[in-house]
Amino acid sequence: MIAVDQLRRTFQSKTGPVEAVRGVSFAVAAGEIVGFLGPNGAGKTTTQRMLSTLLTPTGGNATVAGCDLRKDPVGVRRKIGYVPQGGSTNPLASIVEELRTQAALHRVPRADAEARIDELLLSLDLQGLGARLTQTLSGSQRRRLDIALGLIHRPKLIFLDEPSTGLDPHSRANLWNHIRHLRDHDGATIVLTTHYLDEADALSDRILIMDHGQIVAEGSPQQLKRRISGDVVTFDVKDHQDAAKAVLGALAGVRDLSIVDSTVRAVVDQGSVDALPLMRALDAAGIPVAAMKVTQPSLDDVFLTLTGRSLRDSDTAASSAAAAPGAN
Amino acid sequence: MLHDTLTTFRYQMRLLLREPIWIAIALFQPLLYLALFAPLLKPLVEAQAAQGAQGGFPTGDAWQIFVPGLLIQLGIFGSMFVGFSLIAEIRSGVIERMRVTPASRLGLLLGRVMRDTVVLLLQASLLTGVAVIFGLRVPVTGALITIVIVGLLGVSLSALSYAAGMWLKSEDALAPLLNMVSVPVLLLSGILLPMTLAPKWLRTLSAANPFRHVVDAARVAFLGNTGDEALLWGLLSAVLLAVGGVVVANRVFQRESA
Ligand SMILES: Nc1ncnc2c1ncn2[C@@H]1O[C@H](COP(=O)(O)OP(=O)(O)O)[C@@H](O)[C@H]1O
Ligand SMILES: [Mg+2]
Repeated sequence: MIAVDQLRRTFQSKTGPVEAVRGVSFAVAAGEIVGFLGPNGAGKTTTQRMLSTLLTPTGGNATVAGCDLRKDPVGVRRKIGYVPQGGSTNPLASIVEELRTQAALHRVPRADAEARIDELLLSLDLQGLGARLTQTLSGSQRRRLDIALGLIHRPKLIFLDEPSTGLDPHSRANLWNHIRHLRDHDGATIVLTTHYLDEADALSDRILIMDHGQIVAEGSPQQLKRRISGDVVTFDVKDHQDAAKAVLGALAGVRDLSIVDSTVRAVVDQGSVDALPLMRALDAAGIPVAAMKVTQPSLDDVFLTLTGRSLRDSDTAASSAAAAPGAN
Repeated sequence: MLHDTLTTFRYQMRLLLREPIWIAIALFQPLLYLALFAPLLKPLVEAQAAQGAQGGFPTGDAWQIFVPGLLIQLGIFGSMFVGFSLIAEIRSGVIERMRVTPASRLGLLLGRVMRDTVVLLLQASLLTGVAVIFGLRVPVTGALITIVIVGLLGVSLSALSYAAGMWLKSEDALAPLLNMVSVPVLLLSGILLPMTLAPKWLRTLSAANPFRHVVDAARVAFLGNTGDEALLWGLLSAVLLAVGGVVVANRVFQRESA
């Protein structure tokens, strides 16, 4: 459904060029849900905007839904649906006006459009609101309208940029079901971006982890987690992270040490057996341990191992990276 | 392309009609122009007429001289600021959403231009109609030709304003650009002050201003001199401005939105 070869995009900004996407290559098969997971600023949106013809790549090539991205952008537009990250509605337009206009621009015949609009309003929990102006909708309702607008022409390939941002937990669960339904019943292929670990984990058949404009890992959620063989042991050591890291690093069988906030994390073969000696070593070095935890590897641990940063505090990581460009 | 133009036109027209204040302003604006300008300038014209035509405005009834000027001014100011609405639409993501459809970019542009032009034509007709009630005497063909010219001017300026909006993507950048452009265009067109009073270099500059020919043509049409050469030049200028504006805007709209 999608084949991408060394796609890249550099923006010119006042402070110099910004390499938002630095040569990504991947493929998406028909009927797959592929999730791009990465912190803010990783290049997820830029990748999607290139694949949906809104941005011209500065390098590389791609075939999207059977059409060459550069030679046949109109062909691509005919076949895809795209739900942008930051909203897509006019405050003074009503729900049906937006949907009818979008249907007309996609050349959906009038009668089909009306039936499709009713169907979408029902399945996205917007029934009875058709005449409401979008400025009177709640954030969650407006987000669901964005999604309906992207689906109006029954596209076989759907790009969703941060689809559940701004949704309440109930709508979020509904949306996840809706997305699975699109794959299972309509045979749609879905490419979504998210910076939520649980969303990527729950929804994606395959995850592409993105960081600093590059894909750093790819696989099913299970495969990715299996890349970290063993268990994750986390010690809360308050202000002694560096000392604790030094102590643990000297021990045999300890891998992938990293510091997140006041904790030090280590990967070991078998948590139930190996955690205690680590605890004793910290004790012997006089480092107070406030808490200890043994867990199965999560996607966050995968990301941490790959990049040395946690996705959970990715917002601060992204902003500090933006403040000091070039820093890794 | 036509389908996309009409779809966009319908959508934009609905959005406009939803703002009652805007409608009130659109209807009130031409009347305000009339009410303020005519009494102010009437004595001046009469004084000029008494001296003969050599130094000032062309001869004719005050209404016949100022109504065409007001119409052109309406055309300029009614269309020049539409780019702001486009920037708001870019910001809300509406433009991007429409650009991922197979819809023609030219259609998305022309639908918007069409809305502005329809509104402008209604305003221009209203202004002329009310002026007739006040005492303007104008041949019907002359009035129609002038309104057509105003419409062409509207097409040109609204397309260019959208192009500027699409290009700059920021209100803070668009406002100074429009200010910078509007004053010289207005002065050199001879709408406000007669160009015959100007020194030679300014007159030469003014002759190079296509808006000037448009204004002259409108005045000639209002006097009923449909055979006058100025009318031809004015119409030609207006057509060229309209086509040029759309061509430039189309180029900007075809580009990626980055
Ligand atoms: N139009 C633009 N001009 C300049 N820089 C941009 C532009 N769009 C995105 N960027 C930069 O490109 C990088 C990637 O952004 P983006 O693709 O939006 O990331 P994500 O969606 O993963 O949060 C960021 O550093 C961002 O600041
Ligand atoms: Mg993004």
